[in-house]
Amino acid sequence: MDPLIQVRDLVKVYSLGEVEVQALRGVSLSIHRGEFVAIMGASGSGKSTFMNILGFLDQPTSGQYLLEGINGENLSRDELAEIRNRKIGFVFQGFNLLSRTAAIENVELPLIYAGASTSNRKEMAEKALSAVGLKGREHHHPNQLSGGEQQRVAIARALVNEPSILLADEPTGNLDTKTSEEIMRIFQRLNQELKITIIMITHESDIASFSKRIILFRDGKVVEDRNSALQG
Amino acid sequence: MTRLLASFRIALRALMVNKMRSTLTMLGIIIGVGAVIAMVAVGSGAKKQIAEQIASMGSNMLIVLSGSSTSGGLRFGSGTVPTLTADDAKAMLSEIPLIKHVAPSLSGVAQVVFGNQNWSTVVNGTTPEILEIRDWPLSWGRPFTQQDIDGATKVCLLGKTIVDVLFGGIDPIDQVIRIKNVPFTVIGVLAPKGQSTRGQDQDDTIIVPLTTAQKRLFGMQFPGMVRMMLVQARGPEVMQEVENQMNDLLRQRHRIQPNQDNDFTVRNLTEIMSTAEQSASVMSLLLGAIASISLIVGGIGIMNIMLVSVTERTREIGIRMAVGAKGRDILLQFLIESLVLSLIGGTVGIGIGVAGTLVLSHFTQWPILFSINAILLAFLFSGSVGVFFGFYPARKASMLNPIEALRYE
Repeated sequence: MDPLIQVRDLVKVYSLGEVEVQALRGVSLSIHRGEFVAIMGASGSGKSTFMNILGFLDQPTSGQYLLEGINGENLSRDELAEIRNRKIGFVFQGFNLLSRTAAIENVELPLIYAGASTSNRKEMAEKALSAVGLKGREHHHPNQLSGGEQQRVAIARALVNEPSILLADEPTGNLDTKTSEEIMRIFQRLNQELKITIIMITHESDIASFSKRIILFRDGKVVEDRNSALQG
Repeated sequence: MTRLLASFRIALRALMVNKMRSTLTMLGIIIGVGAVIAMVAVGSGAKKQIAEQIASMGSNMLIVLSGSSTSGGLRFGSGTVPTLTADDAKAMLSEIPLIKHVAPSLSGVAQVVFGNQNWSTVVNGTTPEILEIRDWPLSWGRPFTQQDIDGATKVCLLGKTIVDVLFGGIDPIDQVIRIKNVPFTVIGVLAPKGQSTRGQDQDDTIIVPLTTAQKRLFGMQFPGMVRMMLVQARGPEVMQEVENQMNDLLRQRHRIQPNQDNDFTVRNLTEIMSTAEQSASVMSLLLGAIASISLIVGGIGIMNIMLVSVTERTREIGIRMAVGAKGRDILLQFLIESLVLSLIGGTVGIGIGVAGTLVLSHFTQWPILFSINAILLAFLFSGSVGVFFGFYPARKASMLNPIEALRYE
């Protein structure tokens, strides 16, 4: 079976005026359906750049990235937006929920841009919220929810379109240890029960240990790729 | 369609969140539309008033004044010496086909007495055509006829003011009044016409048959003469032609040599009035244009606020783009926001403009005229202002880079 994600010789160069910064210097790897991958590395190691490329938010300078065989190289902004909408769910460190907007409406957001009908949206958003244990809190606004709950709303939003991959960028970075653990349990459950492929950036090894596979970045390259010790 | 509806709801919500700011932004459009409506109403009111005055004067009308005769190097002003005759009028009607009606007239001021009331007014001796030319119907009674002219009967038509002053509630028909001590029977009352362009009360007049006026009231020293003629042309486009032909005919009839001045004067009153009407149109246009400037300033206000709003909501835009909003979804969202702002502003502005104009006209007594077209136009214009000035900020939002937008603090 073809891997879900295929990355070959990925290079990303940023030019900041005169200076050129090589964020990625030739990354090659494959990720299969159903994997739960943690990407680790110090800041500046290129892991966030890699994540942006995986999420079709950014384009590599050279090299190839295929998601389910789709190459984002020559696609327009709108086509990239459509791929993000259908195939990718994002979870951010800072939750990135729309303030003054009820939880359920935050979750419905990707469905609006997918053109789903109003009744369909409501049903799917309710389902996603109950999958992250927020049944009954649909109409709370983000400022009425705890950090852990907000992140769960964000996870529900990432899941609602039934994407191919869930990309999480330091999802526990703003949370305390206990809440972080709750969020990681949710990720584990989604991965094991719903077979959702999860790629997560973190710099905490105990968070990474919830995953099945750990990839370590340093200076824009993969320096280690191993199975997690605490797998299962 | 669902997306459009969703964009609409998103836009409305964003406006509701910032109620104070939205209201203040709308204020510019409200004032702009209100000003346009008020100014156009005042301008069209003035124009309509002038048009009504033209209509009350009679349409396609030329006036031929007698006089301006020269005797031994002494030149007299128009109308001082009667040089026109009733026969001139007949000749003009029969020889110039472009003329529809001619009403020769001999008028003067006279004291009028009924019972114990008396009044000084203008008594106009003329022919029945005057009522056609000046488009002047009767409220009661009957007009006089050619028989009254031929027989120089002592009958008269009264203006509304005369009836009010002399009769005070009594039915004037068939009553006898004395004009310069000559008894006249009232046979009709003229419909009220109101003020003329020069502020004269047009209803303060009495009309009698021309021949009666000539023989009994004013014309004794110049038999058969008239002071002026009202001439109605067959259409506005032949006015100049009629004027030329009348000139030729009257010069010929009065045996005026080529090097001599006319002993009459032709005035094209309709033309003068049209000029007044045109200047009112220009004024109306000018007022509208000035008011439109405030509408444009309001539009710039919208653009300003939308730019602030886009910057402020950069992160929101980033989130929307990350979950799949396309450029046009973002564009539409912000465009709808500014459109809704300007249209609500336009609607409120129409209300305030209409109300303000009514208040203004109540206190100043200015004539006003609301036109549905002007109101619709102001509404559409405010909508286009919203789209025009909202487009740049909306486009800016839609062009944001999602990664940078997400990182924006």
